[in-house]
Amino acid sequence: MDKILVGLKRVVDYNVRVRVKSDGSGVETDGVKMSINPFDEIALEEALRIKEKGHATEVIVVSIGGSEAQQQLRTGLAMGADRAILIQTAESVDALSGARALLEIVNRENPGLVILGKQAIDDDNCQTGQMLAALWGQAQAAFASQLDLDGDKMRVVREVDNGLQTIEVDLPAVVTADLRLNEPRYVKLPDIMKAKKKPLDEIPLADLGIDACPQINISLFEPPAERQKGVMVDDVQGLIAALKDKGLV
Amino acid sequence: MSKILLIAEHDGAVLNPSTAKTVACAAQIEGAEIDVVVLAESAAEVAAEAATLDSVNRVLTVENQANKHALAAVLAPQIVALAAGYSHVFGPSTTFGKDVMPHVAALLGVNQISDIMSVEGTHTFKRPIYAGNAVVTMEAPTDVPVVATVRIASYRAIGAGNSAAIESADISVELPTHTRFIELQVGSSDRPDLQTAARVISGGRALASVENFDLIYSLADKLGAGVGATRAAVDAGYVPNEMQVGQTGKIIAPDLYIAIGISGAIQHLTGIKDAGTIVAINKDEEAPIFEVADIGLVGDLFNVVPELTEALG
Ligand SMILES: Cc1cc2nc3c(=O)[nH]c(=O)nc-3n(C[C@H](O)[C@H](O)[C@H](O)COP(=O)(O)OP(=O)(O)OC[C@H]3O[C@@H](n4cnc5c(N)ncnc54)[C@H](O)[C@@H]3O)c2cc1C
Ligand SMILES: Nc1ncnc2c1ncn2[C@@H]1O[C@H](COP(=O)(O)O)[C@@H](O)[C@H]1O
Repeated sequence: MDKILVGLKRVVDYNVRVRVKSDGSGVETDGVKMSINPFDEIALEEALRIKEKGHATEVIVVSIGGSEAQQQLRTGLAMGADRAILIQTAESVDALSGARALLEIVNRENPGLVILGKQAIDDDNCQTGQMLAALWGQAQAAFASQLDLDGDKMRVVREVDNGLQTIEVDLPAVVTADLRLNEPRYVKLPDIMKAKKKPLDEIPLADLGIDACPQINISLFEPPAERQKGVMVDDVQGLIAALKDKGLV
Repeated sequence: MSKILLIAEHDGAVLNPSTAKTVACAAQIEGAEIDVVVLAESAAEVAAEAATLDSVNRVLTVENQANKHALAAVLAPQIVALAAGYSHVFGPSTTFGKDVMPHVAALLGVNQISDIMSVEGTHTFKRPIYAGNAVVTMEAPTDVPVVATVRIASYRAIGAGNSAAIESADISVELPTHTRFIELQVGSSDRPDLQTAARVISGGRALASVENFDLIYSLADKLGAGVGATRAAVDAGYVPNEMQVGQTGKIIAPDLYIAIGISGAIQHLTGIKDAGTIVAINKDEEAPIFEVADIGLVGDLFNVVPELTEALG
């Protein structure tokens, strides 16, 4: 295989406890730590391992977002990606537009494999990979926990609700990475220096002929319903009494 | 009127409980006329079960050898062929629905609303984002079909006193051959299913080994409960992946949830927010799980759990 394309989304770091703005217009992101979507880090790690085994020659990371997303792309380059593409837009992009934009890049680069994350932990959509596979007309293997390449085919173990499903897909294909696909490597300081010299191309989203204007309008952001603070019990007897009280045992 | 095409989830023989919950959501849409479609190799058994669900107008069957195993890329074009004339296409937010529905949406050229938690209007819905730290109200356009998945933990299964008509649907579409089913390794457990159990006991990293998880199983068996786990416990190999509860595992809503040796990370909590009563047992009184627990007990699980199991006997 020639190239592997990996999607890297810039998201609020998973350790941040996100708060809704008091006017309901969005969530507080000022001064909040931003990172690569954790699933995308796993996707990139997998692509790098495939390349290191000699099954691919180039790993390209792509992000759709504002100029700030260069940071995450640079981190991806430092992890070992060869080249980065920023599809630039100041607007937030919905999953279908995102998939359409990725398809444009796919058509330019002709990768043998596209690996995305299973979901972005900001919108929790879990859609983009499946949409890209549909638009591209190629196989999709969502929620992957193991990949085994075999020439122009690939076996994929998928995490499904009732266990592990194995499928075989023809390449090219779209994979979305689940948590247990691998453990991403740490970035080392010299690699960060090296990454500065790697190519990072910027393409305005509009140049791809895609309209970012979302079809689905978000009219209100609210904090979730709070749970009432409960009671503390001292011992097992207290616990059983409290459960009996609620009619639960 | 809202004409709703609802994709049944099943294993070829039985309807998955997610379908009755998805119907419960769809039934809240004003003027809903719900057709459930069963795509299968042979659909009779599953269709008969779907026809008993209240609020269902018709059950459509699409029988094809290619539908023996649910492969998103194979099912999606068939769903798209049926979707003409429907205002809504709904599926459950299970791994089945999450796999197939976005594929359907993209083929229809529309966006998808994931994880509907409440219906606010025919085209207005609420859903959680940021691991449940925010809830958004979404307004879908009225001139294209609404493709959506339903957060099944937000709904109770609809009743089963109906006898809707069953019809076989005739569609002819070319199906892709680029995806082939090889095997399914089903977690072998005769305990109640996590997503439908009234009681669930979960263990975390603190269990520290496969063997120690027996403590959780014994307590669960006493209570007739399903068993869940945190990502940390799954990653460490103490339990299989299908037991993971949380943002990226299963979202559940049992009447009783007992969290044992679990810190209460936001990614875990988002999976249990809808539980009736949350009990936490943790040796660290500062553990965030106590902020959401209805009943908390600070203690060493290796003492508390055997004592509790014994006392319930
Ligand atoms: C993208 C992403 C997605 C994730 N998705 C999920 C998900 O779906 N589900 C999920 O669960 N996690 C998920 N996580 C992981 C999550 O952030 C936490 O790391 C995880 O939930 C922690 O598991 P834990 O509570 O078992 O372990 P820990 O956080 O290590 O907590 C162990 C707890 O056990 C207590 N303890 C230790 N010994 C004892 C004892 N003897 N008796 C009593 N208590 C004891 C400790 O006080 C501690 O509170 C995700 C993370 C990321 C980044
Ligand atoms: N703006 C983006 N830039 C790069 N990749 C993205 C973007 N949005 C989504 N993706 C990819 O699609 C995956 C699923 O995202 P989502 O469908 O939004 O949950 C993510 O894990 C990324 O790999």
